[in-house]
Amino acid sequence: MKVAVIQFPGSNCDLDVFHVLRNVLGVEVDLVWHRSFEAEDCDAAVLPGGFSYGDYLRAGIIAAHSPAMRHVKEMAKQGKPIIGICNGFQILIESGLLPGALLRNQGMMFICKWVKLKVETENNPFTKATAKGTILDMPIAHAEGRYVNEPEGLRQLHENDQVVFTYTNTQGNLTEEGNPNGSMDCIAGICNLERNVLGLMPHPERASESILSPFSDNDGLQILRAFTEM
Amino acid sequence: MPSFVVEIVIENKKMARDPEGETITTELINREGFSAIKSVRTGKYLRLLVEAADKEEAEQLVTRMSNALRIFNPVVHTCNIRAKSEVE
Repeated sequence: MKVAVIQFPGSNCDLDVFHVLRNVLGVEVDLVWHRSFEAEDCDAAVLPGGFSYGDYLRAGIIAAHSPAMRHVKEMAKQGKPIIGICNGFQILIESGLLPGALLRNQGMMFICKWVKLKVETENNPFTKATAKGTILDMPIAHAEGRYVNEPEGLRQLHENDQVVFTYTNTQGNLTEEGNPNGSMDCIAGICNLERNVLGLMPHPERASESILSPFSDNDGLQILRAFTEM
Repeated sequence: MPSFVVEIVIENKKMARDPEGETITTELINREGFSAIKSVRTGKYLRLLVEAADKEEAEQLVTRMSNALRIFNPVVHTCNIRAKSEVE
């Protein structure tokens, strides 16, 4: 398995995820500038976090038109695994690979903190090794992460088991206090119908080594490991 | 060829809350006594300079571009496009 981490102008979590994939998981991984990215060069792709193109117009929309995304769409169609983290999730939404929208946080603040995430389904390769209902510690760091969709779009997401992660409280209940950004149905991460494209606002790469976690855990690693084993 | 100013206004649909508009309403306008103002919806404003034969053509071109490039996200946004008078 060879993974490409695609760098856009303004990506800033590219080196973090590169480090975890290479040094923690021991996977072959390349950092690739978005204009040089070719689908044939890799088996899987990561769209890292950051502020591609300064979030101009709408977070992710300009990167969604990068030539790299034509290749990413091709890979998605071939069933290759794609993961979009934070700004990467925004790019996946804006390129139409995932449904809905990510709008300004309800409190208007840039929120940078550790949150509790609930695994809502094992019915995809990213969480198949993590029991449904498991609560994971992961940090978020975003201003535009409020997941919004039309009622019909939301219904379909639930019906098709595409809601992978929700924000929760410590007891695993979806409450307003556990929902940092006002996302509809506390949605923190979703996958496509084919289950090979995952987007999530929290940062698994920042929660992959216990020394970096206030809880001394590494809950993000199982998601990234599963991604590299697809 | 003549040039036209074309305005694009992008707003959240009703079902998507607008925290910026809500804050402006409650924390500024209503707090300062303008209680007759019941709500504010914020949006994004783009002003384009477009070469076209006439206003209609300018508006059509911008509409086509907005749909093709996803200038707005149709799931959550409304988009109003309006050509203004010709630029001298």
